[in-house]
Amino acid sequence: MNPFNDPVTVSHYMAVGAVLFVLGVLCMATKRNALGVLMGIELVLNGANINFIALGSSYLRSESLGLDGQLIALFVIVLAAGEAAVALAIALNFYNNHATIDVDRADDLKG
Amino acid sequence: MIWHTFFFYLFSAIACIFGAGVLFTNNVVRMAFYLVISLGSTAGLFFLAGAEFVGAMQLMIYVGGTLVLLIFGVMLTAQEAFVSMRTRAGEVVVALILGASLLALLVDAAFRVEDWAVAPENHVVELAESKTTTQIAAAFAGIRTDADQYPEELQGGLSGYLLPFVIVSIHLLVVLIGAAYMARTKRRADQAPA
Repeated sequence: MNPFNDPVTVSHYMAVGAVLFVLGVLCMATKRNALGVLMGIELVLNGANINFIALGSSYLRSESLGLDGQLIALFVIVLAAGEAAVALAIALNFYNNHATIDVDRADDLKG
Repeated sequence: MIWHTFFFYLFSAIACIFGAGVLFTNNVVRMAFYLVISLGSTAGLFFLAGAEFVGAMQLMIYVGGTLVLLIFGVMLTAQEAFVSMRTRAGEVVVALILGASLLALLVDAAFRVEDWAVAPENHVVELAESKTTTQIAAAFAGIRTDADQYPEELQGGLSGYLLPFVIVSIHLLVVLIGAAYMARTKRRADQAPA
């Protein structure tokens, strides 16, 4: 059975989104570099975006979300850009104050 | 062979393999490069789903903007000791076990919904006929031009996106000012540089 003969469905897109989501979560959990954590967040947001696009695509479903899926995906992209800017500013501030970018060393509030 | 399916598998394989590359490499510069490729092929997936405007924005904002920002961050903090930081092996094993179980759960859930697992009856992909840019622009201005695609009883609930658009614009302005303020190096004259 050749998988290339079947049309793509929403489930396939969901599976790709799930893979990117899990990779991003693992990235956020295991990276010690603060910028690595940021890249994990970008992967997670992309996995979520794939789901929005798939559910909004009229090619993949007859009753799709329509334009709303694409509009929400656009908002996610724009907010991810804002989030990256602020998180990068925080990371640079942390680097200036502590002379390291290792998130394990950010334990000033530890009792 | 359906070429749409072929390109779907091609782009999703590239996205997933380089996403795994982001996870498994320890070098932060390579992580940034792998992320560029992963997000770029995600844009290809968006094109294949008929969302050509979102795919273009993915390339412009994500790959062209956000990742350049991240690479600047890598360059500004790239001292020898921080370019490559290893995670302890035990933590990696625990994370992989948890991640594999979460992935199994999500993929199983994705294929279990019957409505998602079947393609529509008249499955015709016509990418060249996809014209969403004008509709998206009108929706951001508060006018829905795609109302006739929806059932009669849903059309009253269709909303334009003018208010969220304005809120996001102001949010981005605040983010810009806040990020510029926070990333500024603050060194007082009486303080020795760190």
